[in-house]
Amino acid sequence: MSAVLLGFAAFLLLSVAGGLIRVLRGPDAADRIMAVQLIGTSGVAVLLLLAAAGANPAIVDVALIMALLAAFAAVAFVKSASADGLGDPEEPDP
Amino acid sequence: MTPIDLYTLAMIAAGAFFFFAGTLGLLRFPDLHSRLHALTKADNLGLGLIVLGLLPRMGDVATMLKMLLVWVLVVGAAATVAQLIARIALPGHLRSRPKDDGR
Amino acid sequence: MTPALVFDGLLALLAVAAAMAAIGGRDLFGSVAFFIVYGLLIAIAWVRLDAIDVALAEAAIGAGLTGILLISALARVERTASSGESGEGGRLAKIAAALLCAGVAGALAWAALALDPQGAGLTPLISEALPQAGVGNPVTAVLLNFRAYDTLLESIVLLFALVAVWSLADDGNWGGLPGLRQHARSDGVLATFGRLLPPFGLVVAVYLVWAGSENPGGAFQGGTVLAAIWLLVAMAGITELPRVSSLPLRAALVFGPAFFLAVGAIGALAGTFLGLAPAAAKAIILAVEAGLTLSIAATLALLVAGSPQRTQG
Repeated sequence: MSAVLLGFAAFLLLSVAGGLIRVLRGPDAADRIMAVQLIGTSGVAVLLLLAAAGANPAIVDVALIMALLAAFAAVAFVKSASADGLGDPEEPDP
Repeated sequence: MTPIDLYTLAMIAAGAFFFFAGTLGLLRFPDLHSRLHALTKADNLGLGLIVLGLLPRMGDVATMLKMLLVWVLVVGAAATVAQLIARIALPGHLRSRPKDDGR
Repeated sequence: MTPALVFDGLLALLAVAAAMAAIGGRDLFGSVAFFIVYGLLIAIAWVRLDAIDVALAEAAIGAGLTGILLISALARVERTASSGESGEGGRLAKIAAALLCAGVAGALAWAALALDPQGAGLTPLISEALPQAGVGNPVTAVLLNFRAYDTLLESIVLLFALVAVWSLADDGNWGGLPGLRQHARSDGVLATFGRLLPPFGLVVAVYLVWAGSENPGGAFQGGTVLAAIWLLVAMAGITELPRVSSLPLRAALVFGPAFFLAVGAIGALAGTFLGLAPAAAKAIILAVEAGLTLSIAATLALLVAGSPQRTQG
């Protein structure tokens, strides 16, 4: 069974490859950061499959950190893209 | 193959399909908001199915709860990011930056 | 072709592709995005190499801090540089950097190939001494007991790095607040996320430090998670990072290394600098790790936040 789980993990790496193509193409920075988000979610799924395939629960902790910090790059991006680079897109225009 | 193996197989196959669909949408949809739509729903559903499929294999309850927490955190992150990026990509919000042609 | 071989081959291919794209890309933001992805892939690679401790650190640094640091640095360069000529490095400097990197990569490849493939390294020595270490995780045993002076010096190096960043401040801003004032709509999505995530982050960080004695984890991983969470709270406009001159902040920065050094000195009185009595080793290691977690968290967060840029909040 663990070979099957590894096979699915390899399949999810193809999803990562698709994300890499979108990072390359853009065209906007928002597209690229969205693709990073997809790759992060795929990476979490890959790690969980590896944890089950290797029967190693410590790998779940790596997925836990990735999940906890999944939004950070995108948050930093939306902040840097806001009007003065320090705000948030939901603020009313000054 | 035990019944649990079959269950896991069905769930992670379904999960992998949603990842595939989400990635396809990210690559093929014409504009940023459609791509965001494909991305933030499909792959989180896929991750949820994979988590549910793997749960009975993880042995102890603490690890199972951790896996569920992983999914909750990813969904929370995706919901936040989807809102923020959708807004920043509205006309007039995105600061102009040097653009390439998207190839 | 086993599934494991397919997976590892694909993973290596993607990591190399992401690395090449990060270096070779024309769009700087694209390079940053590729670098973040590269960090994620390398974390998975460490898992495949059975180095879970390193994977935890790479996940926390790569997914959390590096992303924030590079994206905000790029935004600042774009805002301050005159339009059109950002990232002009000079041809000679680029060639020199490429040669230097290629040299380091070559030396590392040579070192890796020169290792005895059948050799066990230090593993037998460490497993033999592990019962006296006080902890069951061999990585923690090496970092905080067998080779504790490495870790002690590293924690002091981090402090030096922070002092170097601070010293870039203008004279007028010395002792002031790091970075510029962050703000967000207080009932918006970002601020809500900034309030929702910290409880989870605190639990995960404490868990990582605690788990580090028997399983993969430890002060560096826990401290990095704490630093990332602190920066998120600041980015969500909920709190400000403290003044660089703040006494509690400076105490937090110094506490971990100072406590570590004191433990070492007590060991010196008993015979060996940094020597730990096996009976008390676990308690001492956990106490040192707790102190280091606090200091590493504060140091990393302030390193990312940057030099003081204003004196008024």
